[in-house]
Amino acid sequence: MSQTSTWDTDRALARIQELEHLPGALLPVLHALQEEFGYIDKAAVPLIASALNLSHAEVHGCISFYHDFRDTPPGRHVLHICRAEACQSMGCESLVEHVESRVGVKLGETTADRSLTVESVYCLGNCALSPSVMLDGKPYGRVSNQVADFLIDGVRRRA
Amino acid sequence: MSVKVFVPCDAAALSVGADAVARAISEQIAARRLDLTLVRNGSRGLFWLEPLVEVETPRGRIAYGPVSADAVPGLFDAGFYEAKPHPLCLGPTEEIPYLKQQERLTFARCGITDPLSLADYISHGGYKGLQRALTLTPEAIVEEVTKSGLRGRGGAGFPTGIKWKTVWNTPGDQKYVCCNADEGDSGTYADRMILEGDPFVLIEGMTIAALAVGATGGYVYIRSEYPHAFRTFRRAIALAYENGYLGANVAGSGKRFDLEARLGAGAYICGEETSMLESLEGRRGQIRPKPPLPAIEGLFGKPTVINNVISLATVPIILDKGSDFYRDFGMGRSRGTLTIQLSGNLKHGGLVEKAFGLTLRQAIYDFGGGTFSGRPFRAVQVGGPLGAYFPESLLDTPLDYEAFAALKGLLGHGGIVVFDDTVDLARQARFAMEFCAIESCGKCTPCRIGSTRGVEVIDKIIAHQNRPANLQLLDELCELMVDGSLCALGGLTPFPVLSAIRHFPEDFDKPAPKPLAHVGERAQETQQWR
Repeated sequence: MSQTSTWDTDRALARIQELEHLPGALLPVLHALQEEFGYIDKAAVPLIASALNLSHAEVHGCISFYHDFRDTPPGRHVLHICRAEACQSMGCESLVEHVESRVGVKLGETTADRSLTVESVYCLGNCALSPSVMLDGKPYGRVSNQVADFLIDGVRRRA
Repeated sequence: MSVKVFVPCDAAALSVGADAVARAISEQIAARRLDLTLVRNGSRGLFWLEPLVEVETPRGRIAYGPVSADAVPGLFDAGFYEAKPHPLCLGPTEEIPYLKQQERLTFARCGITDPLSLADYISHGGYKGLQRALTLTPEAIVEEVTKSGLRGRGGAGFPTGIKWKTVWNTPGDQKYVCCNADEGDSGTYADRMILEGDPFVLIEGMTIAALAVGATGGYVYIRSEYPHAFRTFRRAIALAYENGYLGANVAGSGKRFDLEARLGAGAYICGEETSMLESLEGRRGQIRPKPPLPAIEGLFGKPTVINNVISLATVPIILDKGSDFYRDFGMGRSRGTLTIQLSGNLKHGGLVEKAFGLTLRQAIYDFGGGTFSGRPFRAVQVGGPLGAYFPESLLDTPLDYEAFAALKGLLGHGGIVVFDDTVDLARQARFAMEFCAIESCGKCTPCRIGSTRGVEVIDKIIAHQNRPANLQLLDELCELMVDGSLCALGGLTPFPVLSAIRHFPEDFDKPAPKPLAHVGERAQETQQWR
């Protein structure tokens, strides 16, 4: 299960202060906040900007540039499906179609019950065991439709 | 003495159940009160055999695979820990032809040692390169690397020694060594295997680079899609500090070298060296125009060596065994070994480290065993998403930087992705443009706008709208992207596109498919990413 919790200014400030001394601290800070809350709340932007002596635009621009950073909370579990060439050669697009119809949302979206977010990813580095997915940071290779169902049903039941 | 049983902790092995196998083995050891020690090693890179369990015996390590957790009690019943026969037994690991026919220099230890045991590392030849480097002048280290013929394994193939020489010759109060571990090319995983399977070799290589150029600080930029690699490498750095191999007094030499691992954030472009620097400095990963070269004005404006994981991980063996030893492998101007990563629709996908010069056919059939699906081979993409698609008729091309360049392709980071006859090269060409649109940093117009226009033009070609004119337009667009883009993303995206048209023209000349409902949708998605 993904570790996420509700936004808390004091905890955010504490995480920022742990890292603000690093040279070029912005990415480590953004990762820390996303790890803490599951996303980067808009309220974090002025806090980060002030701690790192950056403009709001620089912080916002960085959050929006990188595919990893979210500005809204994800579902309780996150499934990344690789859609790069090696996985394409093993039929990942039909896996994507299957998963989308199974969970009833498109990649990049979260199910209505907030149990699962499904995302595209371009390469998990598991290209000899395609198609490949990652569920809450755990890798799975040679993923058939049945394996995908098993993984999805498992977390949605627990969710 | 306790017998060692090995179960890999490599992410690919985990993806097919290595943790469950390790748990099952631990349970059996406890239940049967056996004197066995479970070691989590890196992967040997024979991925179709993962989880590959090995047991140490007087006649070397014996392999069993692929082992599922369910098969573990049976292995114990058969007495596998005494190398007794079992249907899953593959014999001595080193005798498996796939492994035996390789020349493992950079990957000499990967899959053999416990990645986080410094004692294991040192007892398998680790830190010998650094020891020798500490007896040499910086000029002599640079000379050794230059003479070895080592070229950047990240993709560009630039001579590593020459890059180092530039940094050494540039005065600076602070210099850096940065390792590019943003291995985003589909079909590649060699960097990941080193980070997870032999992290100290990278730390040693970076330390030698630092000595050679006079750097005291270093960063390893690891992509966020590799959480296991990031965790393992961070632990390896901590262990190196604890044991005096990093910090103020590296290996008692009085020299300082500090190293930090940083996590990327899902931007393919950060594999481009100047984007990586921007990202390390805490900004959007937009590329910087060159000049100035990073070797002169790099991280935080200081002279900086930037090398790929494999280039840096190869440095220790060059220093240890000498430049002649390394240069004697290879062909033409491609010296040493290439770490080929066999991927996609192949029976035997995995890592093959071999001297340059193996042909594509040998890689795909002799090692890869042909397609996984059993259907006929149709196309191979070499060098990641910016690499060309080649047909059957070009399979006798040797894996060599110059041979690939002559065919308007590239070797890149050594990824080989095989497709069977179900592939549609027009769709692959479209994907190349779509990927460029998703991942473009937006700095230059040919890449930012050209890629989106490229998707649109290919959609029209697929939909049978005025094909000759649109193919002509696509050709001109590609020429503009090659000539006008600031970096390799926009500049090389035309390689897969044009190679698909050149070698598979029939895929661009098919009747129009039924209306593609999702085409517009995907284009909108692409817009949202921007």
